[in-house]
Amino acid sequence: MSRPAQIQVEDLHKSFRIPTHRVDSLKERVVKPLSKPEYRELKALDGISFEVGQGEFFGIVGRNGSGKSTLLKLLASIYRADSGTIRMAGRLAPFIELGVGFNPNLTARENVVLNGVMMGLTPGETRQRLDAIVEFAELGEFTDLKLKNYSSGMLVRLAFSLMMEVDPDIFLIDEVLAVGDAAFQQKCADAFRQMKAEGKTIVLVTHEMSTVEEYCDRAMLISDGKIAEIGDSEDVGRRYLRLNFEGAAGVGRASVEGAGDAPVRMLDAAVVNAAGERASSFEHGEAIRIQIEIEAREDFAALALGHLIVNGDGVNVCQLRAPIGGDPPPPVKAGERLRVETVVENLLGAGHYFVHCGINRLLEGGVALDVAGAADFVVFGGPADRALVSLPQETSTTVLERAAG
Amino acid sequence: MSEAPVLREVSGPSALGGGRQRFFDLLWLMAATEFKRVYFGTLLGYLWSLVRPLMLFGVLLFVFTKALRIGSAEVEHYAVMLLMGIVLYTFFQESTTESVSSVVTQEGVVRKTQFPRLVIPLATVLTCAFNFGLNFLVVFVFLLAFGVDPTWTWLLLPVALLFLATFTVAVSTALSVLYVRFRDIAIIWTVVAQVLFYATPILYPVTAFQDQTIERLLMISPLGVIFEQVRVWVLAEPQAPTAVEAAGGAVYLLPAAAIFVGTCVFAAWIFKREAPRIAEDL
Repeated sequence: MSRPAQIQVEDLHKSFRIPTHRVDSLKERVVKPLSKPEYRELKALDGISFEVGQGEFFGIVGRNGSGKSTLLKLLASIYRADSGTIRMAGRLAPFIELGVGFNPNLTARENVVLNGVMMGLTPGETRQRLDAIVEFAELGEFTDLKLKNYSSGMLVRLAFSLMMEVDPDIFLIDEVLAVGDAAFQQKCADAFRQMKAEGKTIVLVTHEMSTVEEYCDRAMLISDGKIAEIGDSEDVGRRYLRLNFEGAAGVGRASVEGAGDAPVRMLDAAVVNAAGERASSFEHGEAIRIQIEIEAREDFAALALGHLIVNGDGVNVCQLRAPIGGDPPPPVKAGERLRVETVVENLLGAGHYFVHCGINRLLEGGVALDVAGAADFVVFGGPADRALVSLPQETSTTVLERAAG
Repeated sequence: MSEAPVLREVSGPSALGGGRQRFFDLLWLMAATEFKRVYFGTLLGYLWSLVRPLMLFGVLLFVFTKALRIGSAEVEHYAVMLLMGIVLYTFFQESTTESVSSVVTQEGVVRKTQFPRLVIPLATVLTCAFNFGLNFLVVFVFLLAFGVDPTWTWLLLPVALLFLATFTVAVSTALSVLYVRFRDIAIIWTVVAQVLFYATPILYPVTAFQDQTIERLLMISPLGVIFEQVRVWVLAEPQAPTAVEAAGGAVYLLPAAAIFVGTCVFAAWIFKREAPRIAEDL
């Protein structure tokens, strides 16, 4: 990184004391003066150090409660750090929790002037820019309307326009692109590009990976108050998705139930990665191995597997069928235990999938076992973000007729 | 953009900080906006803010001069003294009670923007001060109407007002930040403010009790001292004792001075201590 630093953060710590029993009144203090209020220490940030260069578009991602918003509030001087230092160059405009410090009882005009001054303009400068702000926000007729009568979309537009017009050196932005109508989102996106082109330093906090990958030069992933990954935004994005879905899909472990009196008992069901470990998230293209362990409770002439992979919307994506134990399948005696593994080529699009496990009687017919949602997993990455599957393809072109000349 | 930016350390929110110009700009803007909001939003505007002290004045004047027959006999300009006291006290009471919840009301701003936190209670007091300024003009009209002769001691009035304003600011700041932690401050303060109204020589002259001990007690309150002095300076009645005379010696004004200074120091200390944490505690 050859750019000079615009933001420098060193070993930042911040914890919140969450009272287990909140003392809200003086009365409680007076009645029980000696009982020390009990606190639970919540470490929101635990030793964060990073640097953002001048003109850099820097993304901060993390799951809810990872500490990313706390970090932003520390950068914006809304919270004070317990220890560590933050150094910054130039003027900063924060855009936090979808807004700036608006007072709902004041009109847009008054709020704009007040906030402009808070962000470091003089009252005169702010008044000069008022028209431009209102125009960008497309709120021309509503300048003298109290903000409590604004819709949330109007508020965000006003706040965003204000931030743009304040013309700071550093933008701190928290989850902005998720709101507003498509037209305004487009406007924001253009504004982002313009800011980037002008060499502004931008710190964007979001949990939307696509935004980070689209705009950010570098990104940082925060998990449990620590930096989990920092660097190229695509690497961070991938790591983030993995982290995100590990929580969402349990640990790829089966919920084996509801099959108590079936003729075949399911002992275990799991999705396993290439390394043989139970996994819950797979990158597109990474083979998925579905393992089940079953126990026969009666004699069967032959058994066949019939898994169904269903996506989060309940659409049956594919069916996996195979005779169990070879072809032709051998008889299975009562008490016999088997592990059946099915390796699936992962052509699935990104999403959350469930495995319904089924075992059928092959010769007599009929279902021997049916466990819905025995296992689940998440697929991320891949070329087909908006499609269920991406099928192997080959495209060739033949020139049928050359144009004359 | 080629020169390397100069890094400054950012230390988080504070009571002051962020440049003097910005502080005063914000203070002025906030107070003026609030004043406009309250008085230009309603039909009769500013008149409403005058109606309240005048109503109180009218009622009390009737009760004390006609029904109870105190005051008027002993004090030459009882009505003016009463009105002036009410207007002064209205400033103190309005400022402090409105400051109590001021920081919490501005939650949206506090949680999202960095600015010197002290601006909030100060702006509240300033808004009330605008109000007071207008009300005091009315008091002067009454003064002249009731035949009080201007004297050179009127020039000392700003000194008393400065003390009153300082005390008001101190109490307001302390309350505003304490309320973030302890929500029953609001109720407690309403009662205390009520008590202080009667404990200050507004309805009655200090001499009403004919008792040195009570006079001495009344002069323990900084408000009592200030109000008494205002009466002496503005009305210039020969029979009205100065604060020193009422207390029976300058030594007996020491408690009031101690309370005054103590309140200011406490307010500064608690606000400075709590300011960085306000956004978290809300």
